[in-house]
Amino acid sequence: MAQAQSVFVSPAVDWWVLVPQIILVGAALGLLLVASLAPRALPGWVSTVVAIATGAAAAIVAAVQWTIWDAAPRPTLAGAFVSDGFSLLLTVLVGVGVVMTALVAHSALDRYDMAPPEFAALLLASAAGAVVMAGANDLIVLFLGLESLSIALYVLIALAGRRASTRESAMKYFVLGAFSSAFFLYGIALIYGSTGSTNLSGIGDFLFGSIRETDYLLLAGTALLLVGLGFKVAAVPFHFWAPDVYEGAPSPVTGYLASIAKAAGFAALARVLYVALAEQGTAWAPILVGLAFATLAVGAVMAICQSDVKRMLAYSSISHAGFVLVGLSAVPAASGLAQWTAGGGDAVSSAVFYLIAYSFMALGSFAVLSVVGPELQSPDPDASAHSFSRYGGLARRRPVLALAFTVLLLAQAGVPLTAGFVAKFEVIRAAIGAGGYVLAAVAMITAVVSAFAYLRVVLAMYAPEGAADDGVSAPAARASRPRWGGLPLTSVFAISLAVAVTVVVGVFPQRLLEWSADAVLSIIL
Amino acid sequence: MSGLEVTTGWYLTLGAMLFLIGGTGLLLRRNPLIMLMCVELMLNGVNLSFIAFADRFGDVHGHTVVLFVLVVAAAEVVVGLGLVVAVLRASPRATADDLSALKG
Repeated sequence: MAQAQSVFVSPAVDWWVLVPQIILVGAALGLLLVASLAPRALPGWVSTVVAIATGAAAAIVAAVQWTIWDAAPRPTLAGAFVSDGFSLLLTVLVGVGVVMTALVAHSALDRYDMAPPEFAALLLASAAGAVVMAGANDLIVLFLGLESLSIALYVLIALAGRRASTRESAMKYFVLGAFSSAFFLYGIALIYGSTGSTNLSGIGDFLFGSIRETDYLLLAGTALLLVGLGFKVAAVPFHFWAPDVYEGAPSPVTGYLASIAKAAGFAALARVLYVALAEQGTAWAPILVGLAFATLAVGAVMAICQSDVKRMLAYSSISHAGFVLVGLSAVPAASGLAQWTAGGGDAVSSAVFYLIAYSFMALGSFAVLSVVGPELQSPDPDASAHSFSRYGGLARRRPVLALAFTVLLLAQAGVPLTAGFVAKFEVIRAAIGAGGYVLAAVAMITAVVSAFAYLRVVLAMYAPEGAADDGVSAPAARASRPRWGGLPLTSVFAISLAVAVTVVVGVFPQRLLEWSADAVLSIIL
Repeated sequence: MSGLEVTTGWYLTLGAMLFLIGGTGLLLRRNPLIMLMCVELMLNGVNLSFIAFADRFGDVHGHTVVLFVLVVAAAEVVVGLGLVVAVLRASPRATADDLSALKG
């Protein structure tokens, strides 16, 4: 590496591997350029169409790559980035997430006073960051992906900065995001100091190939990495920013934060722990179990205490992070190589399945919040925008929308025949397979507890309107609009897609389960 | 000061101290601008550690990492300053304590 070279030899670049990222970044930059050079402001639909087309293109390219390469790993850029089943499956998820966010945001941009080209460009830039995180095979590339995602998200929230609550939300997200990035980076430095490499496979090979005493530098680095990524995925005790940020951010952006940003964080966590630090499994698995306990408990208990639907969904998002941690922490206690391969595969594939299933539920739920938000405006500015009482009578005013929201909430609660049930079942099965009976029991109990929080929203929606007598002009709204009338079609489409995926995956989970199992083959040894 | 040899450990300690000072400052100070500076202090503490390790290994990789981190830190500060300006313009003399409308 350090030898003197008279000729600069650049690493071989497999451009085909990088096509999804190039599409996302290229479209983002192109859109910004055209928008700033155009003599007049671009019509809003142009940006939405570009965002949707780009997200779809990235997802389709990744799906084609998956088919052609049969999910086999293809490292490139001197091993710094790898395209394998894991990264491709998450790339598809990110692409679909971009499409749905752009659809939902299309009708909301005016309301939040956000400029469409900037919104679309930032959305695509953050998606590029998420895709890089999913495939990063070097801690520094991972850091760059994390920062592309985070910095774009800070601005994405702040775009709607006319509202004080949004400014506050953006500022809090920024300060805590920067704080956690510093921890993450310090963890990288310590791991580099301990192993002499930042390459994930290189670290893994080094750790398996050497016999050492307890390495406190490595342990400290691992702990700092966990703290940094724990902030990003909002695991307790690093969760306290999440409810405020989720509540203050525009609803379409919140859906993106809760689904794609979280999935990218967990993808990074899975790859770092299972590729680079697999040998240290006995060190980090107990920490992960502890985080899972705390996250499950706090998420569920706080979710039932909320009086605001958006905050409730924020805490429920924390409890879902707990379930993903249950999956990821399901490392067999006796760490023989064969057990590791079998158990580790179950652990990561159940987590991947959970992330995909939950992403659709979260995107759909926040899409519903985004369309009902403007109808819930009341003359009283002090009441929180999405308080439970304002959802009273929603089922009578908008029966189909209320039904869709009910399906998404029940899926989050883990009702059978929805994707949420299969996902919860899989992570609990992985935990039991690894001998984590207590954790599995706690997971099931908290699932029941948080089901109560979702049912409260459902009951509020189906309650008679008189119960929600807080100045909502419900009768007027009903008189002026037919059942679907007034709802933006783009959002309706996104919500329908989320509900359809949730139900179809819940009834026929086999295909997605197989994909998740195939995806993790390359990162389990 | 004869006999006092400055080894890699000194730089690592200094890096850790800078990181801690930055982290403590971020948690304790309430002025948004000072908080931004504290983030920079943390990142630069990490940079120093990277360089110290790279020097110990005789490996150029740690040095290049620092360049990446500097660019990222610059991008972060640009966004952070923009946010601070937006907050201060809306309410001059605001501190982090004033940003507390959302709570639960």
